[in-house]
Amino acid sequence: MYTQGLDEAPGPDVDESFDPASLLPDDEASAELRFQARIDAEDRIEPTDWMPAEYRRTLIRQIAQHAHSEVIGMQPEGNWITRAPSLRRKAVLIAKVQDEAGHGLYLYGAAETLGVSREELVDQLVSGEVKYSSIFNYPTLTWADMGAVGWLVDGAAIMNQIPLCRCSYGPYARAMVRVCKEESFHQRQGYELMLTLSRGTPQQQAMAQDALNRWWWPAIMMFGPSDADSVHSAKTMRWKIKRFSNDELRQKFVDVTVPQAEYLGLTVPDPDLRFNDETGHYDIGPIDWDEFFAVVRGDGPCNRQRLATRRAAHENGAWVRAAAEAHARKQQERQQSSEPAATGPAAAGQVA
Amino acid sequence: MTPGWPLWEVFVRSRNGLAHKHVGSVHAVDATMALTNARDVYTRRSEGTSIWVVPSAAITASDPADKDALFDPAGDKIYRHPTFYDIPADVKNI
Repeated sequence: MYTQGLDEAPGPDVDESFDPASLLPDDEASAELRFQARIDAEDRIEPTDWMPAEYRRTLIRQIAQHAHSEVIGMQPEGNWITRAPSLRRKAVLIAKVQDEAGHGLYLYGAAETLGVSREELVDQLVSGEVKYSSIFNYPTLTWADMGAVGWLVDGAAIMNQIPLCRCSYGPYARAMVRVCKEESFHQRQGYELMLTLSRGTPQQQAMAQDALNRWWWPAIMMFGPSDADSVHSAKTMRWKIKRFSNDELRQKFVDVTVPQAEYLGLTVPDPDLRFNDETGHYDIGPIDWDEFFAVVRGDGPCNRQRLATRRAAHENGAWVRAAAEAHARKQQERQQSSEPAATGPAAAGQVA
Repeated sequence: MTPGWPLWEVFVRSRNGLAHKHVGSVHAVDATMALTNARDVYTRRSEGTSIWVVPSAAITASDPADKDALFDPAGDKIYRHPTFYDIPADVKNI
């Protein structure tokens, strides 16, 4: 999902069978037990509460990846703002891209409550040290991609983010509530766009089908590796950061999305797709994990371009940040020089 | 961003008659910029009629470790709640 980098490979120090509490002094081990008991009781953890170092680290990484995904996610759609076919579509697209920036900011804010600074987070993104979702490394080639991205990519994101509204870490869960409310607009405008194209001319219908063909599998891969290969799942589930496995969420997404494609009169590009009467779910064909891991590794169609654009935006904004700082400094100096020199009780009394 | 842009906590009044409620935080060089940023980040859908921004550093918070000492004493004082008192059903308007 937006934080799928967490699943991609075992970290250097991760061993699921190893219980870190066994190495801790007694009081810290019992703090871990009390912490887990709070989680089990569905209590929420707040920034100043005690938490295991690993819980903090995992959350910082997950929230940072999530925030970076929102920020990079502005690029594929920003690509079409100047070429939107009508003023209405343009206003909608601008609002959506602005929302993605907002989501990134809510999430950076949540990560900062864990003790990481905004500067560190931004540096991690522009240096390529921390990943973002693989989906944003695919190009948006036609206007129909604005529909497919909203419908499929934001649809998959909602599937993942709704359970995160109940994440054990309070600030992350609260940010997710806001994000989910706004994400629903993203998905619906995308589906409406696809609906318009699929009810249009043969060329427009072909454009919609082409967009579905290119975005279907990358959207399926957004949920990350299969449960069997997902190394961090057990721990994040125990800590109730994550509540459903990658495969469970992927299945839910397929089950709700296939009928939506049928309504559009479009064909899902999977010859093996079948409704399974026994399970009551759709079965899908094999996922090309080689492609997924190549994109995560940095070899997707747009990885370099996305990072270069982000880096350039950051560097080109340097003078704006410097100007804001200079202005604030000047204002402060002016205020200080115009204030009467009086200090102490008399001056304090004037405040009322 | 140069290190050290102060953090501001953002409080939004959703409509008159309700209290300002904490919604999140923003970084800004000064209060004016904090207000502008808060408006863009937290009120894109008519969520508010008024915004407060407060330097995060100006907030004094209770220590979670003191939670029991601070709040437990209220736990056994149920006589502070109106439902503690039995009033016969026949008595009205009380």
